[in-house]
Amino acid sequence: MHPIRKKRLTIVLFLVAGIAIAVGLTTFALRQNINLFYDPTEIAAGNAPVDVRIRAGGMVEEGSVARDTDSLKVNFRVTDYAASVPVQYEGILPDLFAEGQGVVAMGRLNEHGVFVADQVLAKHDENYMPPEVAEALERSSKGQYKSADVEKAAETTAY
Amino acid sequence: MWQFFHKLGSPKWFFGIATRFMPWLLAIGIILLLAGLVWGLAFAPKDYLQGNSYRIIFIHVPTAFLAQSIYIMMASAAVVTLVWRMKLADVFVKTVAPVGLVFTFLSLFTGAVWGKPTWGTWWVWDARLTSMLILLFLYGGAIALDRAINDEKSAARAVAVLVLVGVVNIPIIKYSVEWWNTLHQPATFKLTEKPSMPVEMWVPLLLSVLGLYLLFGWLACLRMKTEIVMREQKTRWVRELVMAGRG
Repeated sequence: MHPIRKKRLTIVLFLVAGIAIAVGLTTFALRQNINLFYDPTEIAAGNAPVDVRIRAGGMVEEGSVARDTDSLKVNFRVTDYAASVPVQYEGILPDLFAEGQGVVAMGRLNEHGVFVADQVLAKHDENYMPPEVAEALERSSKGQYKSADVEKAAETTAY
Repeated sequence: MWQFFHKLGSPKWFFGIATRFMPWLLAIGIILLLAGLVWGLAFAPKDYLQGNSYRIIFIHVPTAFLAQSIYIMMASAAVVTLVWRMKLADVFVKTVAPVGLVFTFLSLFTGAVWGKPTWGTWWVWDARLTSMLILLFLYGGAIALDRAINDEKSAARAVAVLVLVGVVNIPIIKYSVEWWNTLHQPATFKLTEKPSMPVEMWVPLLLSVLGLYLLFGWLACLRMKTEIVMREQKTRWVRELVMAGRG
């Protein structure tokens, strides 16, 4: 290769490497701010600030959803299967909200350790399957894994 | 190999080869994309949880793939511009940037449309969505910078540096869903593993991705040919070509 081109190539490589390192260090330093939400373990360990608007994310615990009969109030627990946090919410939940599904809630943690949410978003996972396959999976693992909820969710989202 | 590489730098040679390949790219691209879309949108089974709304994946994923691939291609061409000063590399970066911008916009837009019924919101500032928005701005910046500088050569070099600086964003987009907590789900397709999706869903998706890549190839050739004719209008071969075209 021509020496001038070699020199230019080295400069280009240094440029890209330098920027990669700079951006890498910046994002590493800001990693907590880039995370969209705190997980229940962090909140239970007291790493999340109290009375500051934060997001909490995890799975809706099985059998923890309690809806108020005459208002839109809902109580449920968000878990990462290591720790769980009680969540209070008033409003309309997204279609995909169901027990055993992922959610991200926005709101404040109060002094009793209850997360008062003002927005609840459903988090979808990377798995896709036809309803028949999901049903077959249900039948083969009956009882141990969110049987009723999947059907309920499938009904509500079938539009 | 070097001979081929230097030949590639000749606009005239590229013009000829592009003219020969373009009908194939267009025909196969349209067939694959149509097959993928019709199969995916009308015949593929619906998802157990999302019902029919997941079908936007057949548009969202191909455009998002292209948005990132085009940027990687532009960055490779930018290295060629800076090191070898090859004319054709400049032409590629310049003509393909608006295409990348459109694909990035489409993937953001289809994502937002899907996000509303699925997540419950159009937009959330998570790492994946934000880094994709930065990609949109990088494309916009490259286009604006190119337009802002009158001299063709200095414009090409400035744009090449900008594109190279922005290339760090690509691994951030790719791995954002693994490095940080995001609302966007992790990749369904992985190079090393089986997709977490049944065959009758991922085959149409693969078809539409391949089709869109081929159509992009066609569009890139078309745009590059136009740009080459504009730039080389004073040369003999272009004059002859135009004369022949007039008949």
